[in-house]
Amino acid sequence: MYVYDKYDQAMVDARVADFRDQTRRRLSGELTEEQFRPLRLMNGLYLQLHAYMLRVAIPYGTLSGRQMKMLAHIARKYDKDYGHFTTRQNIQYNWIKLEDAPDILADLASVEMHAIQTSGNCIRNISSDQYAGVAADEVADPRPWAELLRQWSSFHPEFSYLPRKFKICVIASAEDRAAMRLHDIGIELVERDGVIGAKVFAGGGMGRTPIVGPEIKDFVAEDEIISYVEACLRVYNRYGRRDNKYKARIKILVSELGVEEYKRQVEEEWAHMKTLGIDPPTAELDRIRAHFVDPAYETGLSDAIDRSDPDFALWVDSQVVAHKQPGYAIVNISLKPLAGIPGDASSAQIDLIADIAEKYSFDELRVTHAQNIVLASVKKADLYTIWQQLHDAGLGEANLDLVTDIIACPGLDYCSLANARSIPVAQKIAQRFADPVKQRDIGELKLKISGCINACGHHHAGHIGILGVDRKGTENYQLLLGGSGAEDASLGKIVGPGFDEDGIVDAVEKATDVYLAQRQTGERFLDTYRRIGMNPFKEAIYG
Amino acid sequence: MIVATGNDLGSGDVIWWTGSGWSRHIGEAVDVGTDGEALIEREAAARRVNVAYLVEADATPDGPLPHHIKERIRASGPTVRADLAVNTDIPIVKA
Repeated sequence: MYVYDKYDQAMVDARVADFRDQTRRRLSGELTEEQFRPLRLMNGLYLQLHAYMLRVAIPYGTLSGRQMKMLAHIARKYDKDYGHFTTRQNIQYNWIKLEDAPDILADLASVEMHAIQTSGNCIRNISSDQYAGVAADEVADPRPWAELLRQWSSFHPEFSYLPRKFKICVIASAEDRAAMRLHDIGIELVERDGVIGAKVFAGGGMGRTPIVGPEIKDFVAEDEIISYVEACLRVYNRYGRRDNKYKARIKILVSELGVEEYKRQVEEEWAHMKTLGIDPPTAELDRIRAHFVDPAYETGLSDAIDRSDPDFALWVDSQVVAHKQPGYAIVNISLKPLAGIPGDASSAQIDLIADIAEKYSFDELRVTHAQNIVLASVKKADLYTIWQQLHDAGLGEANLDLVTDIIACPGLDYCSLANARSIPVAQKIAQRFADPVKQRDIGELKLKISGCINACGHHHAGHIGILGVDRKGTENYQLLLGGSGAEDASLGKIVGPGFDEDGIVDAVEKATDVYLAQRQTGERFLDTYRRIGMNPFKEAIYG
Repeated sequence: MIVATGNDLGSGDVIWWTGSGWSRHIGEAVDVGTDGEALIEREAAARRVNVAYLVEADATPDGPLPHHIKERIRASGPTVRADLAVNTDIPIVKA
């Protein structure tokens, strides 16, 4: 894992001191809310439906046991004993007191964490593949580039007031586990003739105008990635639509200019950027890369797993993924217990996960965009012990990528932007499909719920997506089918008129019934939908 | 009726104007009539409320019931965490 150098720490500590003074001035009346609001937002402190909400950055979703324990401590000491892991691989606290916020930021800084650039029109937390560094199919570990981009984008003076927020994702395998093409810039590390470089996509995103990002560069050498991305940002910063908030994302610029014209302008800017010498020296990337070398894997370990406990065997089949190193496995911890709140974890659960990571997984954790937690490297021989501990703590659900592994935004239960509640719908669907045999029979089905058009719940990318809307003061839910955030990225299409809360649960079940009746061997829900089209689903749902 | 609401500056708690101060319980809120704008300007300046605004509500025997679901959830607390709710008796979905 990356460890702060003195510059990283100094920057974060200085920001804590700044915010402590700003908060004091707000509480004493020296600052009005109008003056203070942008300052608190720069530190991730929102005012939400019920209270202040603090969004803490987890760079590319990676954190240590010590950092995870600090998240538990904050939940316990300053919040209501829980946190909410988000689709941007961050954590949010829903009940923060303003007077506590500077102390919380100081606590975070003590473990090399912060809440900087988790709000505002700047480059947000860089996201990445939760299996980075341990997946067998990657061409390189994407984390050093994600870290380099984190450092480059932190407090970047030119990109602190972009037309709108900006999200970057870095992956390094053909299988996209991070919804890379639904980012403002998506970077896929690729190998060409034995050389690592980046394929770059720009102008993707969800929200009210969902677009799958088009490829704008098939190969950028690794030592020129920063200047190329900077050129992409410069063109956007200069020509992005600042006149209309709803047209201000880069996807609108790329769409309005046309991909070819945007590429041409980026190339022109890049030619200029390369003369400025802003690409970091190789030594800097090597310095960062040294933090991400493989841990001291033991060799000669057995790959055998004792599957004599049937519940454990089910969990292994669902939650355990192949690791690049013999004798090791990747463990996905579900934060989607039946009737629970997707992404929520209590301080005790967070502490337990941290303990397990410290003891069994080289002291490292990953937060996934699907609101689950990953233990990246555990010995197969330890799986049963780990499962027992997770199971006893309510973390033993075996539903990875199944219909109950639902992504849901906080919705109208917490969010001031939402039009409808997401969590109760997720809970009702999970209860409808509670039978584990039925879930497994349906197989991979990515169901994603957003409580408003901003799409924090990634509904456009769900095999089944649900969008909550406000219809004359009443919650209403639109059903979408056919989305995907994976390497076969696609956008879901609205099936027809919306439903109330119970109606949408029935509609989801009818859609799965059509799939079960019409699927061919080996087809996922998404495959069947793509083969037979919308009409059979529409007829079953509305007929 | 019109009720005034906002958040406590320090704690962030949702609060409602009672006629003489602010309460976390909407049941204690009063109709501010046509004085609302002046009231919230005065109270915000004194830092007794943050981001204050006015909400339309029905007067019911149990107290004001906001017209909009968002305000009913603000008054109630999260509907998915009864243990954190301020007032679970508020009907979120109107009959």
